[in-house]
Amino acid sequence: MFAVQMQGIVKRFGGLVANDGIDFELKVGEIHALLGENGAGKTTLMRILYGLYTPDEGEILIGGKPVRIHSPRDAIRAGIGMVTQHFTLVPTLTVAENITLGESGSLLDLQQIETKVEALSGRLGIPVKAGTPVGQLSVGEQQRVEILKALARHARVLILDEPTAVLVPQEVQALFEVLDRLRREGISVVFISHKLHEVMTVCDRVTVLRDGRAVGTVEKSQTTPSELARLMVGRETFGVHRQGERPSTGVLLRVEGLNVKSRKGAVGLHHLSFEVQAGEVLGVAGVSGNGQAELGEVLSGMLQPESGRIWVGTQEVTGASPAELTRAGVGRIPEDRHASLVGELSVADNLVLDQLEHFSRHGVLDRNAVRRNAERLIAEYQIKALPETPIRTLSGGNMQKVLLARSLSRNPLVVIASQPTRGLDVGATDYVRGRLLEQRARGAAVLLISEDLDEIFALADRIAVLFEGKLMGILNTREATVEQIGLMMAGTPLKRSSVKEADRG
Amino acid sequence: MEIFLVGWVAATLRVATPLIFGTLGELFSERSGVLNLGIEGTMFLGAFIGFTVASKSGSLWLGFFTAVLVGMLSGWLMALLAVRLGVNQHVAGLGMTLLWTGFSLFGFRLIFGEPKVPPSITPFQSLSILPDSTFLGPVINQHGLTYVAFLLIPLTGWVLHRTRFGLNVRAVGENPEAADAAGLDVYQIRTLALMIGGGLMAGGGAFLSLAQLGAFTYGIVAGRGWVCIALIIFANWRAVGVLWGALIFGGVAALQLRLQTMGLQLPYELFLALPYLVTILALIIAGRNASAPAALLKAYRRE
Ligand SMILES: Nc1ncnc2c1ncn2[C@@H]1O[C@H](COP(=O)(O)OP(=O)(O)O)[C@@H](O)[C@H]1O
Ligand SMILES: [Mg+2]
Repeated sequence: MFAVQMQGIVKRFGGLVANDGIDFELKVGEIHALLGENGAGKTTLMRILYGLYTPDEGEILIGGKPVRIHSPRDAIRAGIGMVTQHFTLVPTLTVAENITLGESGSLLDLQQIETKVEALSGRLGIPVKAGTPVGQLSVGEQQRVEILKALARHARVLILDEPTAVLVPQEVQALFEVLDRLRREGISVVFISHKLHEVMTVCDRVTVLRDGRAVGTVEKSQTTPSELARLMVGRETFGVHRQGERPSTGVLLRVEGLNVKSRKGAVGLHHLSFEVQAGEVLGVAGVSGNGQAELGEVLSGMLQPESGRIWVGTQEVTGASPAELTRAGVGRIPEDRHASLVGELSVADNLVLDQLEHFSRHGVLDRNAVRRNAERLIAEYQIKALPETPIRTLSGGNMQKVLLARSLSRNPLVVIASQPTRGLDVGATDYVRGRLLEQRARGAAVLLISEDLDEIFALADRIAVLFEGKLMGILNTREATVEQIGLMMAGTPLKRSSVKEADRG
Repeated sequence: MEIFLVGWVAATLRVATPLIFGTLGELFSERSGVLNLGIEGTMFLGAFIGFTVASKSGSLWLGFFTAVLVGMLSGWLMALLAVRLGVNQHVAGLGMTLLWTGFSLFGFRLIFGEPKVPPSITPFQSLSILPDSTFLGPVINQHGLTYVAFLLIPLTGWVLHRTRFGLNVRAVGENPEAADAAGLDVYQIRTLALMIGGGLMAGGGAFLSLAQLGAFTYGIVAGRGWVCIALIIFANWRAVGVLWGALIFGGVAALQLRLQTMGLQLPYELFLALPYLVTILALIIAGRNASAPAALLKAYRRE
């Protein structure tokens, strides 16, 4: 008995085929993982089922009957609910108002709605505070509101798009318990993820997508993580890992008592102190929005600290501008690729954008030098583009290569990498990680700010955890466990004695 | 002194009336995420339609309601441009103001020609609840429409916060993606909000020609629409705030009229400018903590 059948789904975005004839079947009362690398087409497929995209070809059957789903309203009527990656909640409205949004009726009896919401949340074991504005809730709580919202409309099929990406390990556990309870109530769940161990923990069946195609559906009991990995990437994963420990040769980046005022809707930084040695990767872990972006901005001169001091090598750079930091030997791989490149300009121009003084004479750009530079870096960094190609036509992976080429070709003392592999495919991810480790081997100090714990564990020598703009502690990677990092990500500081040890190590 | 005070309060309420209509209209639009700069033109249109229908039919109320209806059509047109077609809201709004200003002037000349004495009608009379001679008489004996305007403030608050339609309006103004995902029709809700808004704006304009003046002149609206745009910010996009905003502006405007007649040796332009200066001041003070609907100015389009 199938809750949903999708047959031959095709979805194109311009020239790109995001879904290329996908078949997908969801049984009643199962938790079905949709597994695949970033860009495999998972979100697209489910947005089609929820009416947010219109497919170019293909059929959808609900309970065996063909249906046309043109909008979320149709999907809701067909018993489908979706929790999208970016939550679709109205921050100024209360939990109850958000949950009742879209229901029919003319008057709004908030009292009654709040009672109903609390009854439902009690029955499903999903605690929420019905009268609180959603904007004041934590991300994990907001996710629960999203799930309740779908269930309050009698969804029999619940789609969760990468639900664990925003959660700390403990919250993930709680989410899995909720999903278990839903399964017992006979609700079918589509669980989108690119994390193997999660899929192996919580799901009954797994459909693997690769490059817009479904490459297989397997029972969990009949498969292994390595088989799934092979299906996902089409080859055995090798992954990039840091090799061996390196003796320290001195501190290259030092931050002392850094404070940054909190801006609207963001946390500040509070009393941050740490050092990064030559030939070391310091990973900064944390749940999204706990000060990582601010740290990256301060260290690249985009944000002025309120107090505290920063040194690069022996030079103090507190309050320096981005250009001064570049001259002092800071290379940055910024979080927002698009904001750091000029889409309309060519690859060659973008490669010299922040060092025009080296490529001009008496204020006139030396076109030949710009071109030679581009040709050299395109070859060295395997960028799939010509010097004159406009940046905006490049894929995310190639844009990242341009950024890497621009900052790493100058052999910086300190590399600040913010979310360097976010949204990249496996190949590009491995490439970027390899380049960062090259910098480590060369003797640069690398600060790796990442929300991907696997990445941090694979690359970092030491791990610092940020929570609400405060440092929860720094651990040596070989002594750290995921559980412990998880606790710190949720706001439990590391005990003082071990902080000292890690600092010395 | 007491006479002065009573007269001042009475005038304040009268001056505030069209502002309340207009600002509440703009409130509906902006809470749904659409800045309607067509307000100045829509008020002008309301004044013109109201006057013309009333003078031709002899019924003031028919004039008023026709103006409201036409204002709703104007709101619908704004929705077509800014919501359905996703035209930049500044461009669409200013375009509407230019359109309705030209349209009304042209229509007026077409219907009434260019008479030496501007045509006039007997305007709405104030209610006589108390004898005019009693102390509070002038304050209480306002136009029926003034009472309507002041009742519309709590009514608007109630609609926005206690009805599903109001919840929907607030949701599409804050996060249309969320509203869409919740199964709401963002276009339809914004269109309705703009139509209600347009009706209210035109009603405010009609008050000017049908109650305040009994005539239609080129300068009848005189920037009141733009004042409403400022009052919204002052009101921090809340209905109760509209009350205070309209009273402050109305109060200062009524005061300057009185000051002018007291024969102070100051250029009269200074008095005329006074309400606007106070509005700017109030904006500077109140505007700092104002938080606009998050989706204001953003056209919504689903992929
Ligand atoms: N709205 C869109 N416009 C253009 N391209 C898109 C859009 N949504 C997704 N894509 C592209 O479609 C492909 C599949 O994306 P997506 O379904 O989000 O993958 P996944 O969820 O598996 O990471 C990607 O290459 C992505 O860039
Ligand atoms: Mg996705």
